[in-house]
Amino acid sequence: MRLERRPSVPWTLAATAPLAAIAAALALAAGLILAAGVNPLAAYAEMLKGALGSRLAVTEMLTRAVPLMLTGLAAAVAFRARLWNIGGEGQFYLGALAVAWVGHSMMSGLPPALGIAVLMVVGMAAGALLLAGPAFLRLRFGVDEVVTTLLLNFIVILFVGLMIEGPLRDPLAFGWPQSVPVDDAFRLPDLIPRTRLHIGLLIALAVAGIVWLILARTVFGTEARAAGFNARAAEFAGVSLPRTIMGVALLSGGLAGLAGGIEVMGVTGGVTTTMSPGFGYAGIVVAMLAALHPAGVVAAAVFVATVFVGADAMSRATGVPSFIADVIVALALLTMLVALLFTSYRVRR
Amino acid sequence: MTTVLHLDSITKRFGALTANDAVTLELKEGEILALLGENGAGKTTLMNILFGHYAADEGRVEVFGQDLPPGRPRAAIEAGVGMVHQHFTLAGNLSVLDNVMLGSEPLLRLRSRRDEGRARLMALSEQFGLPVDPDARVAGLSVGERQRVEILKALYRDARILILDEPTAVLARPEAQRLFEILRGMTGQGLSIIFISHKLNEVMAASDRVAVLRGGRKVAERKTPETSPEELAELMVGRRVTRPRRQAHAVGAPRLVAEDVTVQLDGKPALQDVSFTVHAGEILGIVGVSGNGQAALGALLSGLAEPEAGHLTLEGREIGGLGPRAFIAEGIGRIPEDRHAEGVVGELPVWENSVLERLGAPEFSTRGFVRRAAARDHAAGLIERFDVRGATPETRIRLLSGGNMQKLILGRVLSAGPKVILANQPTRGLDEGAIAAVHAELLAARAEGAAIILISEELEEAVGLSDRLQAIVSGRLSAPVAAEEADPRRLGLMMAGVWEAPEDAA
Repeated sequence: MRLERRPSVPWTLAATAPLAAIAAALALAAGLILAAGVNPLAAYAEMLKGALGSRLAVTEMLTRAVPLMLTGLAAAVAFRARLWNIGGEGQFYLGALAVAWVGHSMMSGLPPALGIAVLMVVGMAAGALLLAGPAFLRLRFGVDEVVTTLLLNFIVILFVGLMIEGPLRDPLAFGWPQSVPVDDAFRLPDLIPRTRLHIGLLIALAVAGIVWLILARTVFGTEARAAGFNARAAEFAGVSLPRTIMGVALLSGGLAGLAGGIEVMGVTGGVTTTMSPGFGYAGIVVAMLAALHPAGVVAAAVFVATVFVGADAMSRATGVPSFIADVIVALALLTMLVALLFTSYRVRR
Repeated sequence: MTTVLHLDSITKRFGALTANDAVTLELKEGEILALLGENGAGKTTLMNILFGHYAADEGRVEVFGQDLPPGRPRAAIEAGVGMVHQHFTLAGNLSVLDNVMLGSEPLLRLRSRRDEGRARLMALSEQFGLPVDPDARVAGLSVGERQRVEILKALYRDARILILDEPTAVLARPEAQRLFEILRGMTGQGLSIIFISHKLNEVMAASDRVAVLRGGRKVAERKTPETSPEELAELMVGRRVTRPRRQAHAVGAPRLVAEDVTVQLDGKPALQDVSFTVHAGEILGIVGVSGNGQAALGALLSGLAEPEAGHLTLEGREIGGLGPRAFIAEGIGRIPEDRHAEGVVGELPVWENSVLERLGAPEFSTRGFVRRAAARDHAAGLIERFDVRGATPETRIRLLSGGNMQKLILGRVLSAGPKVILANQPTRGLDEGAIAAVHAELLAARAEGAAIILISEELEEAVGLSDRLQAIVSGRLSAPVAAEEADPRRLGLMMAGVWEAPEDAA
């Protein structure tokens, strides 16, 4: 059996690949659910019900999808230019912490809309700065950014822990390790009253549109794609690789930082070291499932959010541990990679 | 003589392309068979099927009377077939001995039997006249030495049939002659050899028999003594194609001048005190054996390499090291040596590739947004004007053939109305028809007053197109000679580094 590269990938195949990958991931996870002594079909039915079965469930799922969209976009932007940003989690936390800090103490008196806009920029700046370091090290010394961005995640999370036990501790949190909250004036308004769903969803969708516009329509986006596919040819054609890679890093880190900032402004108010169930890492899965396309990121984020939220409900109803959500998401990444192999190559005997 | 290898009506298709069409081939014991054909004729595909890299769609392979299971290189090795690829498959960070032994031992043996391996390697090296240092790191070896390691690797695995894919593509002429002597010695010891080539002279000099492939078909088979280069050329190309001829005309003012330029590439000196002048309306040919500094010269004139010393001036202004973007803006058009690696971004469509160099120009972008309609129109114009076949603006460019890809790159360069054109191996790997088209375009640009630097390893091409010629040897340039005075003897001496003291390069 051999693999041969397809001359071109039919779009039908490209569109089916993620669906097949998801189906395969669910099928594989079914084995584990069986091992837990539960009928997988029943478990998946509970999962669907838990994520989509009621108005409240849907709003919860969408609330969870918002940060995933943004971290997914962060990964997609970077991966397109072959900048392997595995540091979405750290950028998420640093963006969250920066927004909580600035939004708690430094913004009083600003009109809410302006304050929110400023805080979004603060979150983006924090995430962008965090990725600028590894990007610089790669450009200047050839340091592998997979290692640096991944390790920075742990450093940042420990740093966040330090800050919320110390200078940024919320004195009103009854001893819980939580940072000071964002001023109420700058909390994102609810999108649907009496749910947790906030206007961050609209922001994330708009950002997805803007990212698509940047990648597909601008000179910068075209150069970033060219640099990702063939850096040597891009350089030959006059694309400045350092500038392009750095631009991509700032955009990607900024998106992940924005995810953290919006989560703080929209949901948690303050920062805790458990506020992210791995949004940064899940963003990588989201980007891969989306084949790095911004519109696909929105859909893939909804899928991953469905798994996360649904798994909690399933766990309550059937007793299967909710960790199954992480298993499904991780399996989806692996099956998607296999599916991508089969879309670019054909199997021959 | 016994038949050691029999390929029986091999057919291999890649999508719509038939790379091999019912090719039948036999190899006798102790024979050197040359497989001759243009790039894309299916030579490498055929040999990859024989070696098991590809599985044939139809047909079978018989080695020493036994059917070879398709698609299994290990089976081919065990049957006694060894292959020396055009692009060597050696691990640069390992020693020669490690490279030779790699994969020849069972995976689950605890200790590598290096002493036995070393003795065996040295014996083979002695037997076939292939001297190597078993402890040298491969990364530090010259191309010729690496090739020797590749051959020894095959012999170490008891190869009785040796396949060499374009073995001389990377060798200087004396090295190539030495290689063929060694191969001849091997056949004396009972080995049988197939070598792939598109060079007529070496096929005539080194083979017993020639099989000619064209468009995936075997079109002829000749005993070497019974054929001639002319006949082989016609069989290989399938038609007579005449290349356009240069017309004499007056040249203009100096455009691009290099004075004592020194360039380092990857920390090693690559160009040493190089001087040349190209005038408007002139083609300056740089000839030489591959690997003598052409890459550095190409990088310098593309804007990728910065001069360590000396001056590179365009119409009197210093431009050395300004970078590709500035070079393009200054009107220097560049045709890269390796079109796949540098010329195009294969996954992007034709239209994006045709404007990638000039995305910042007002024709193709406004306030950072790409003017897609204008860019597509431009690409459609190039396709039309330069006869790029099989392309629409939306086609991903890697799907184009080499010749059509090159025509598009040429169009991208020429449509910008360049003052200077760097043409680095502009016809490498192209078939005769495409070569004639590229030559015609370059001559037309010359007639319109462009100053053209042609770096070429094909003497015929360089002499046919250039007004003046300079040889590049070990990173140095000879003084220029007029094309009319460049007889083969003089060029041969120049390329060997024997030239008079440099005169004024006016």
